Amino acid sequence: MPEIISKKFQEPPRTQMLNKLWQFQQERGYIDDDALKGLATEFGISEIEVEGVISFYHFFHRKPTGKYTIYLNNSIVSEIKGFQRIMEAFERETGATFGTVDRTGTFGLFLTPCIGLSDQEPAALINFYPFTNLNAIKVKDIISRLKQGVLPESICDAPSDNIRYVPAEDKSVFFRKYQTGQALGKMESLGPQGIIEEIKKSELAGRGGAFYPTWKKWEATRQQPASQKFVVCNADEGEPGTFKDRVLMNSYAGSMIGGMIICGYAIGATQGIIYLRGEYWWLKSKIEAALQEFRVIGFLGKNICDIKGFDFDIRIQMGAGSYVCGEETALLESLEGKRGEPRTKWYFPVERGYLQYPTVINNVETFCAAERIIEMGADAFRESGIPGSPGTKLISVSGDCKLPGIYEIEWGMTVAELLELCGAEDPYYIQVSGPSGECITVKEKFRRISMLDLLARKDIRCGGSFMIFNKQRDIVKILLNFSAFFKEESCGICTPCRAGNFIIQRKLERLQDGLFNEADLQELKSWGTLMKNTSRCGLGKTAANSLISAIDKFHDYFVARFDKDFNGLNLKFDMAAATADYEKYKS
Amino acid sequence: MANLVNIKIDGKNIQAPEGKNLMLVARENGIFIPSLCYYEHIEPPLGTCRTCTCKINGKYGPACTEKVHEGLTVEVDSAELIDTRKALVEMMFAEGNHICPACEKSGNCDLQHMGYELGIAVTRFPHLFKDRIIDYKPSRMVMEHNRCIKCKRCVEEVFTDDGKRVFNYMNRGNETFVGVDYIQEAKLSEAQAINAMKICPTGAIIVRGVSMTAPFGDREFDQQSTQQKKVLKKPTLNRPAITEKKIIATVSLAGCFGCHMSMLDIDTELLDVIELVSFDKSPLTDFKQFTTRCHIGLVEGGCCNSENVETLRKFREHCDILVALGECSVWGGLPSMRNSIPLSECLEEAYLNSVTNEPGGNIIPYHEDLPKILDRVYACNEIVKIDYYIPGCPPSANHIWKAVKNLLWGEEYSILYSEFKYD
Ligand SMILES: Cc1cc2nc3c(=O)[nH]c(=O)nc-3n(C[C@H](O)[C@H](O)[C@H](O)COP(=O)(O)O)c2cc1C
Ligand code: SF4
Ligand code: SF4
Ligand code: SF4
Ligand code: FES
Repeated sequence: MPEIISKKFQEPPRTQMLNKLWQFQQERGYIDDDALKGLATEFGISEIEVEGVISFYHFFHRKPTGKYTIYLNNSIVSEIKGFQRIMEAFERETGATFGTVDRTGTFGLFLTPCIGLSDQEPAALINFYPFTNLNAIKVKDIISRLKQGVLPESICDAPSDNIRYVPAEDKSVFFRKYQTGQALGKMESLGPQGIIEEIKKSELAGRGGAFYPTWKKWEATRQQPASQKFVVCNADEGEPGTFKDRVLMNSYAGSMIGGMIICGYAIGATQGIIYLRGEYWWLKSKIEAALQEFRVIGFLGKNICDIKGFDFDIRIQMGAGSYVCGEETALLESLEGKRGEPRTKWYFPVERGYLQYPTVINNVETFCAAERIIEMGADAFRESGIPGSPGTKLISVSGDCKLPGIYEIEWGMTVAELLELCGAEDPYYIQVSGPSGECITVKEKFRRISMLDLLARKDIRCGGSFMIFNKQRDIVKILLNFSAFFKEESCGICTPCRAGNFIIQRKLERLQDGLFNEADLQELKSWGTLMKNTSRCGLGKTAANSLISAIDKFHDYFVARFDKDFNGLNLKFDMAAATADYEKYKS
Repeated sequence: MANLVNIKIDGKNIQAPEGKNLMLVARENGIFIPSLCYYEHIEPPLGTCRTCTCKINGKYGPACTEKVHEGLTVEVDSAELIDTRKALVEMMFAEGNHICPACEKSGNCDLQHMGYELGIAVTRFPHLFKDRIIDYKPSRMVMEHNRCIKCKRCVEEVFTDDGKRVFNYMNRGNETFVGVDYIQEAKLSEAQAINAMKICPTGAIIVRGVSMTAPFGDREFDQQSTQQKKVLKKPTLNRPAITEKKIIATVSLAGCFGCHMSMLDIDTELLDVIELVSFDKSPLTDFKQFTTRCHIGLVEGGCCNSENVETLRKFREHCDILVALGECSVWGGLPSMRNSIPLSECLEEAYLNSVTNEPGGNIIPYHEDLPKILDRVYACNEIVKIDYYIPGCPPSANHIWKAVKNLLWGEEYSILYSEFKYD
């Protein structure tokens, strides 16, 4: 066994908060008062502070969650694939209702947003093991077996990668033949500056959704004088409809780890952390194994690849159910054992990140791409794609199509081509980059998918999620699903997002009831714009994006739902509904 | 000493030490930027309320989280930005349950003050009426969750002597609230507790037994605007010759008649008013029905039963201009305290379980001739289109008549800061 590097730097105890909470959650099924008090004493903080952390993450509970804790996905894709029936089946079979535990304390049923399995919905996690492509019969079978004492891990599914499309010839970046450590061998000859130059030349831009040039982040962090620097891999993949990082980690974990090592070498870091979302517990052991393999070969630890003085190791931090923790500064807070509240822009992570040290945070796909770029060379990488947007991109396709799964497209492919590839027969409403992205109509299908054009007039950017809905789907329902998601997942510390998402949901409910006219639509749009302009982080800034684009692009759809005899003076008021409660007293 | 840098706020050249907080720089130069969470000693700044949103080098951003640097250009005073900031404060009123006349902090409340400064008479958003508790468990204070705007000041600023937090956020999203650590709270000294109440920009933290002593008129925000030259609304319409008496109708729906009392409060000026206007349907005349079309309708109170709704609709049909008069009419006001409680609970408490009721001897009244009670109290603008809003509980007589005279004859008027109140 090679020795693990002795870390000179000790992360403070508080950073263990989430791990400790997970331990209690998993051993006892919840976090009881004793555990809470113990943690407050251990970390020397008040109990309310521990309670504040627990209540922020929806996988942590203060009440028992049953011997088998079931999280059913309620994302929009699940909804169109039969969520309602599955929900009823679970309730019928277990005798519990959602949000509670059955009387015997055996089954706890809970809802959770997208669990990264949109290509095999409806799906659920049972004790954090994945169960995919559910139907009523399958649910019945699963529950009866669990009742017989079969362990969930022995009957869970192994989600398949569903890699549906890879560019021809040698153009694949991510799915070309992989050999552990090939890229790492090139580190020393390139040198830190050379690596950054190569990444710069490749024009690689962040794949977490913001498309920030990767080299700039690395360079800025490299420039910082600091005794300690960190590399953080954002494996929180919370954007509904996205599952590309899942596939990369399932089958190419080494590539991600390699990317982190290269980054660590380039910026002068000694410690890397993978922030893995709680929904992906089932991937953890795979990644652990890959890390261990790297340590054995000497790719992690001391003097990596025989580069004198290059010590680097990586640990995994599990998230605990919070979409906003994918936002980089919220992620840092979470890593520090706190509530995942995004920071202000007073400091940037490259200046003061994890524990106030300079930190690079990149997405899984970004690290994988970086590793492959170093391996194949920026020139080869630039062979694919289009000028200004070189390379390939992983797209997670789901919804109403025959072949949901991962598509590695060359930048520049049109929406029409992608729709054709995945067998979307009757596309009507397409949600690009997830709920925080934008929607497009089939009329726009000749737009290219690329990272050109910031304003996205001609080309369209795609962060990874591509959800297709056909004519049968109700757009208002889609938008309501999104607004419920943002309302739940908002961290709650800034006004426009905390209150705005709630207000928008209320207003959409009126729309669904037909209590609506053009003025209301315009009002909704202006409220969305307000959230966009004033929210503190990307969540609030983007939460109303799809709504705003839907109002513009599907205007006729809404008009058809308007109140026809609206006269502008007397507003529509549903007297029967408003007096229904009182009518119960009619004897 | 830090370097001096040159920045521009609304075209005005300003010099300031590099790295200084933009909010402070603006204040020192007499430029008013609304703010609620900003608290000078806390660094990094909290940046939670967003009411200081400006355009910084062309991009939207809060002034309080910006460090000044050479060449910084800031836009504060455009119509769009003013409306944006106003909307954010309106959002806080829509989100919380703010019943100023019943609030200890009224008159000394930063949120209320900001509402006055920005001239908020009504919020453009639907009131959410979220059910929140009042936490009486802390030994020294009461936590009124209905009023908290989640500014984070108390979380970051109030610690016990041994460095432990007393307040912390709980939950997330719209369920977020500020939890109190009862053990730590008990350790605070009286002075520390009072300080917590003071730094809270709203009436959320109330220390038991400590009253905010100033009488009406002498409270912190009663008289004076902080904006040096607050622009007063001065419509300049030509006053047409008064040839005919204007006709006014008034009504009290789910209100307390306080607004009507206030209307009569202009003393002898009332005689002048009577010269100029006549009243049609109104409690003042006791006309039960409209006899003619009216120029203006003044509506006190919101709608709590089916009859209120019908009456309000009649007003809309018969009046050229409809004015919501007072808080209850504007957004629900005091009666809307029941809005976060199911109707059945309210009725059962009032008619069946109240201590003065005979057990088993009472019923909840229901008869086809009685108006039907609505599931909650509705603001007038949820039922009909409202043209103008006059805030206050009740609005001052001057405010009411100045507004009415303006609407009827375009008479110039300015509502003084001291006349624009929510209590
Ligand atoms: C609400 C929100 C959620 C996000 N979730 C993720 C995520 O799950 N994974 C991710 O890589 N980036 C996510 N991001 C983007 C990150 O903030 C950050 O830009 C990214 O991790 C940087 O990596 P990149 O430059 O490689 O894209 C999210 C951003 C926001 C505002
Ligand atoms: S925008 Fe939403 S998630 Fe982001 S800081 Fe504000 S409340 Fe939190
Ligand atoms: S005084 Fe302030 S805190 Fe109190 S109810 Fe009014 S706005 Fe809310
Ligand atoms: S209690 Fe007061 S100080 Fe604390 S967050 Fe709420 S409004 Fe701010
Ligand atoms: S004062 Fe700037 S965000 Fe609150």
